[in-house]
Amino acid sequence: MPGILVYALHYEGAINKNSLGAVSEAARLAGELGTEAHAIVMGGDDLTDDLCASLGRYGAAKVLRAKGPEGLAQPVVDAMAKAVADGGYDYALFGGGLLGFEIGAGLAARLGAGVTMEVTAVNVDGGRLVAERPIHGDSSISSSRYKGFGIIIGRLNAFETQEAGSGAATVEDLDVELSEWSTRATMVKRGEQRGVDVDIEGADLLVAGGRGLGKAEGFEMLEQLAGTLGGAVAATRAVVDAGWFPYAAQIGQTGKTVAPKLYLAAGISGAIQHKVGMQSSENIVAINKDANAPIFEYSDLGIVGDLNKIVPKLNDAIKVKKGG
Amino acid sequence: MKICVLVKEVPDAAVEKRIDPSTGRMDRSGERNLNPYDTHAIEAAMQIKEGGAVEVDEIVAVTMGPASAVRALHKAVSLGADRSVHLSDDALAGSDVAATGYALAQTLERESPDLVLLGQQSDDGECYTIGAVLADHLRMPSLTQVIKMDVVEGKLTCERQAEYGYDTVEIRTPAVISVGDAINEPRYPSLKAIMGAKKKPLEALGAGDVGVDISKVGAEGSQVDCGTFKAPPAKQAGTIIEDEDTIETVGKIVAWLDERKLI
Ligand SMILES: Cc1cc2nc3c(=O)[nH]c(=O)nc-3n(C[C@H](O)[C@H](O)[C@H](O)COP(=O)(O)OP(=O)(O)OC[C@H]3O[C@@H](n4cnc5c(N)ncnc54)[C@H](O)[C@@H]3O)c2cc1C
Repeated sequence: MPGILVYALHYEGAINKNSLGAVSEAARLAGELGTEAHAIVMGGDDLTDDLCASLGRYGAAKVLRAKGPEGLAQPVVDAMAKAVADGGYDYALFGGGLLGFEIGAGLAARLGAGVTMEVTAVNVDGGRLVAERPIHGDSSISSSRYKGFGIIIGRLNAFETQEAGSGAATVEDLDVELSEWSTRATMVKRGEQRGVDVDIEGADLLVAGGRGLGKAEGFEMLEQLAGTLGGAVAATRAVVDAGWFPYAAQIGQTGKTVAPKLYLAAGISGAIQHKVGMQSSENIVAINKDANAPIFEYSDLGIVGDLNKIVPKLNDAIKVKKGG
Repeated sequence: MKICVLVKEVPDAAVEKRIDPSTGRMDRSGERNLNPYDTHAIEAAMQIKEGGAVEVDEIVAVTMGPASAVRALHKAVSLGADRSVHLSDDALAGSDVAATGYALAQTLERESPDLVLLGQQSDDGECYTIGAVLADHLRMPSLTQVIKMDVVEGKLTCERQAEYGYDTVEIRTPAVISVGDAINEPRYPSLKAIMGAKKKPLEALGAGDVGVDISKVGAEGSQVDCGTFKAPPAKQAGTIIEDEDTIETVGKIVAWLDERKLI
């Protein structure tokens, strides 16, 4: 009995890292349940036999390949609903990201299934899957059980990638007829990189800025501090969306994941979608004028105050320290 | 064009959130307010109406929630909605996201909107999937986290950030769009609009009025059992410095960084 169906996202001929984590996790769980993990992909000619079969390395027994547009959720809902109708799956699993949330929610509506998002751990209990989801700013963890079909959407980086599979997966083409409404959305341009290409992934020390900087020019202050420290500058989605800083420097759910020695956050509230991209940093320092900002809950050093006053003086003081 | 905007009443962010241990549900008492993300959806509707590229006949605010949720509707109307619809029924209490989306879709079905707008997430449940649930029930195309939207008759051109950068997607209406908070800067309601909000039409509906199948909603009808709650692994609390004398503050930061060999 095939048990768990995993959606694998791909872009420019490579499978998404969070999807590989989800396939690995599904394979582990299927092993415990005594069933199989299958993956489903949708796209065009770049979904070669080799690329699809390579998911076997992460434990997928079979890969269902559907033809359709890339980067849109609803066509994948159609394909997954078809696969579920054909194949008797009990669960669908998604890695962290954005598309998985849209597909998983749409599929829940289509199948009348239960859905849990932002899941950080999945366990087997009494032959059924139980998903753990942190709630209320991660102050509590709730567990979800499913009355029927269960849809589990992971949090970014929640599932570890493991090459525990036994080799190539069998690849099967899945014929799907897209629903009328799925065909009413068309991708005009995908994956546009806004702003210059900066490299932050190699940096040991990161100074990150958010909306609290007040304006794009606020980043100059952070560039200086990063220069003094010998690090790089990163940003939140809020300021990237506003055009204040390049997308290549964005940390979080739809940006980069980093784990530097120092992550110094200035004017960042610390939303979950930001936290998931930087929580493994060795030392987290936050400057925020709001004592209730969520970021203080996971900072090693928190400074409650105005960054406009603190950052320039901090830069001066570090210069003095380094000079002396 | 008719636009429906979904709104929700949430606990004020300044007030601490908690789960009621006896019911396992979120304790929704205390100060409540319109979900701040929803004001961007109302503003987006207003900008379409005022932009003139398409004729907007009506903007309707829709919510599901207990009696107190009318305040969110009044706020939405003060921000520009022409009228509002309130779905409220004891049978709906405890509905999960899929059940809530189903009940709201039933409510929207009666309105036959050309465009359904939502905010990017709810401030309390940390949820951003309701738009996709709605869209499947309504058989409409949908996109979430949209930060730019050009509207012409019958077509939307949307931009949003996804896993690999910014995507531009064209959508033929009717459609369900959740907007990111970068899409606009919501206006403040005028005093006159606040005063007038209670006079605008507000329709109160029960589950039966919109044809909701009771077996599919509420805690019973929901397909997820949120059973047990536990505390996350304890993390050692960080050091907090209140900045009073900035020279002293930066001295402490430098010492802290130096101790960890980060300078
Ligand atoms: C599906 C989805 C995906 C997302 N993906 C990402 C992602 O990849 N990355 C990401 O970062 N976000 C992401 N977000 C957005 C996220 O939820 C937050 O909205 C965002 O991180 C907030 O950015 P911010 O901290 O810069 O702004 P805000 O939340 O507005 O915080 C600004 C902070 O600055 C403080 N401040 C203001 N003035 C000063 C001052 N003078 N001195 C000191 N402090 C000051 C304020 O107190 C406040 O805490 C995503 C959201 C969704 C729904």
